[in-house]
Amino acid sequence: MTKVIWCTVVLLLLGVVAVSAQENTLTVVAHDSFAYSEDLMAQFQEETGITVEVLRLGDAGAMLNQLILSKENPLGDVVFGVDNTFLSRALDEDLFIAYESPALEMVDEAFRVDPDHFVTPVDYGDVCLNYDIAYFEENELALPEALADLTKPEYSGLLVVENPATSSPGLAFLMATVAAFGAEGDYTYLDYWTDLVANDVAITEGWTDAYYGEFTRYGGSRPLVVSYASSPPAEVLFADPPTDVAPTASLTADGMCFRQIEFAGILQGTDNPAAAQQFIDFLLSAEFQADMPTQMFVFPVNGAVELPAVFTDYAQIPANPVILDPADIDAGREEWIEAWTETVLR
Amino acid sequence: MILLPPAFLLIFFFYPLLSLFAVSLLPDGVLDLSGFSKILTDDYYVRIFLFTTGQAALSTLLTVGLALPGAYAFARFDFPGKSLLLSVSTLPFVLPTVVVAAAFSALIGERGILPLNLEGTLTIILIAHVFYNYALALRMISSYWATQSPRIEEAARVLGAHGWRLWWEIRLAAIRPAILASSALIFIFCFTSFGVMLILGGIRFATIEVEIYRQANSLLNLQIAAALSIFQLALMFALMLVYTRLQAQTGTDIQAAQTVARPPKTPREKLFVGGNLALMAVLLFAPLLALLVRSFWSPNGWTLQYYAALATNARGSVLFVPPLEAVGNSVLYALLTTVLSLFLGLIAAYGLARRGRLSTLLDPIYMLPLATSAVTLGFGFIIALDEPPLNLRTSRALIVIAHTLVAMPFVVRSVLPALRSISPNVRGAAALLGASPTTILRLIDLPLIGRGLIVGATFAFTVSMGEFGASLFVARPDTPTMPLVIFRLLGQPGALNYGQALAMSAILMVVCAISFVLIERARVLGIGEF
Repeated sequence: MTKVIWCTVVLLLLGVVAVSAQENTLTVVAHDSFAYSEDLMAQFQEETGITVEVLRLGDAGAMLNQLILSKENPLGDVVFGVDNTFLSRALDEDLFIAYESPALEMVDEAFRVDPDHFVTPVDYGDVCLNYDIAYFEENELALPEALADLTKPEYSGLLVVENPATSSPGLAFLMATVAAFGAEGDYTYLDYWTDLVANDVAITEGWTDAYYGEFTRYGGSRPLVVSYASSPPAEVLFADPPTDVAPTASLTADGMCFRQIEFAGILQGTDNPAAAQQFIDFLLSAEFQADMPTQMFVFPVNGAVELPAVFTDYAQIPANPVILDPADIDAGREEWIEAWTETVLR
Repeated sequence: MILLPPAFLLIFFFYPLLSLFAVSLLPDGVLDLSGFSKILTDDYYVRIFLFTTGQAALSTLLTVGLALPGAYAFARFDFPGKSLLLSVSTLPFVLPTVVVAAAFSALIGERGILPLNLEGTLTIILIAHVFYNYALALRMISSYWATQSPRIEEAARVLGAHGWRLWWEIRLAAIRPAILASSALIFIFCFTSFGVMLILGGIRFATIEVEIYRQANSLLNLQIAAALSIFQLALMFALMLVYTRLQAQTGTDIQAAQTVARPPKTPREKLFVGGNLALMAVLLFAPLLALLVRSFWSPNGWTLQYYAALATNARGSVLFVPPLEAVGNSVLYALLTTVLSLFLGLIAAYGLARRGRLSTLLDPIYMLPLATSAVTLGFGFIIALDEPPLNLRTSRALIVIAHTLVAMPFVVRSVLPALRSISPNVRGAAALLGASPTTILRLIDLPLIGRGLIVGATFAFTVSMGEFGASLFVARPDTPTMPLVIFRLLGQPGALNYGQALAMSAILMVVCAISFVLIERARVLGIGEF
């Protein structure tokens, strides 16, 4: 018996550490939502002879922090999923090697925010208010047409948002309010938030608690939730029972949505830069770009790629979302979150 | 051999932690203590500190108070379905908070059976803490109680002790070590409460643990995060030092003995047992049942489709995990964790049972991993364990190690009270009569610590099955566990995803229940007769 225990312990401590000795291996660091069709990745590996290992490091924030902490001895060769709200933090830390993918020419100018090509845009998504269509119809309530409307008495107690300090859509929504009301003048974004609090806004720690805990669709009491423009198509795709009528929709008037862009980058210290470059090209390929919408519920940056029907039918893409310069975001981010926390929570 | 548990802690706990603190507090090679001055002077942090302590004390009192009569009922009386009930009562421990919140809202939410709006109140936090920790107190106390001879009680009765005096001076005094042990664990748990605060408490309640997470993960403000972590660790260490002193003073004079539980006879006894079972039904079983029912209930009526959907990979996605694979991963991690933590925990407990200056210092140290937030430890692993021979950053072994750090204190706490109650005279006498050390272990120690071992094993297994934080902050190749699958499903909108998350939670409950029954069996089959 003792022997068995000893063997288990020894095996556990020493044996499991399998250092992959394969020639052409690429370790891809990603956040937990990184998804793709298995066939597509298998095809990429077969065509290039590269063995891809995906390492997941928690949510986008946790992933970036772990990359920063380990930059002397990086965890992988290439990273997917750094977004524009934290891009400057990543760039300041010199995490990446520059690479200009030839596939970038298919990408709209607006997404190419890094002129030095340390990171490559891969997808985007808009953080918008979602509403429960049935609730607004039953109560014969007009839809809010601008962020400012949300402080009106008829929307009292109807909105749930996520904490910007802990949630990425929460941070995006905060930035939309910063862009809409500004940080200086008679009525700043903080005044707006004071009014939202007075109008009984609910705040949750993350998206899941807001959507599945507070939103009226799932038994909560609030018909307005900060989510994504891609949530309504997901509601149709994962409907129960199946339906062709979306139960939710997004509010996409000018300035009401915030555009998040996700990037990939080659990590400093990689010993396989050639394979890393091939992988970046693969992320921008038409096949991968077309696969993303129904896998990760994001939109392709490659404008030539056709969206699946469920997206063209049920997703509203805002014409003029809020787009902030990553440098401005970085200059303001900590201060906005701090001031928001002081105003709303304390 | 005796050095293994401290070495384990040194390598996998203190080394990563100190590495992270070094990076945080010595950013450019110069000591920067601004984080400490901030958290000690800022009103906001003082309030967080007071709230954390207050709610933890209240939760502990409430949980132990409610569980005490139940523990007596389970220790002294026999009734049908007893061991199954004991197993089921442990289930809350493995459930993710989001899922528990869904169960609660089905029962006492605005549209629940009992329409109360408790969202974001201290009440719902206390209820949740009792829900999660009741079984811990129940099992630790009743397993110890069962080893206490009822003869002392009978003698006291003959000598005229009745009513509250019988309870206070005899019964409770006899089980003080177990009450202290479970209170200490529960206090730490509620003190470092995370998911309950975030999800049920709403945004306005924050414990130190929640603040560490916000500072480290969201703001990468490592100075404040490290200061808060060190503060929390120091506080817990001081508390555990006091507790282990108290603990060490008790438990020697009682002659441990084996008792046999009997069926309740008088109406009063029946009422007592029945009342406690009713309390457990309302407190523990109702939310579990609500969850189970919801996993079979769709807007169109009863359905199995959530379970069916779990097993099909409709989109050919790499994130899809066949349910059996998730179950397999979870059970494998949990088994390895149980073996490793029983092994290390038992050695540690034997070392501590000897008493002495070193053991009074070591005992609280073994508890420290419970007071460490997952994000701190996860970041520490990334920094510290990155060079051979300890290049474990991306290894699956790291998950087992992280789970064992948290599971080991349960084994130590479960076994130690019984181990200390064995009089050295008994061992000495046995040795004098020619019993070998293994014979003494088999015939004297094991029968007495057996129940404690089972409890420790159950909780070690459970901790691993339900653990989520470390699994999230430890970089890992794709071997998703059940809680991780639930988390992924709840990360995407859509009724089908939500239903599948509930179905996976139900599977998690069932797998754990089956495992508990098997662990109980081990007592009968393997460890010996007691």
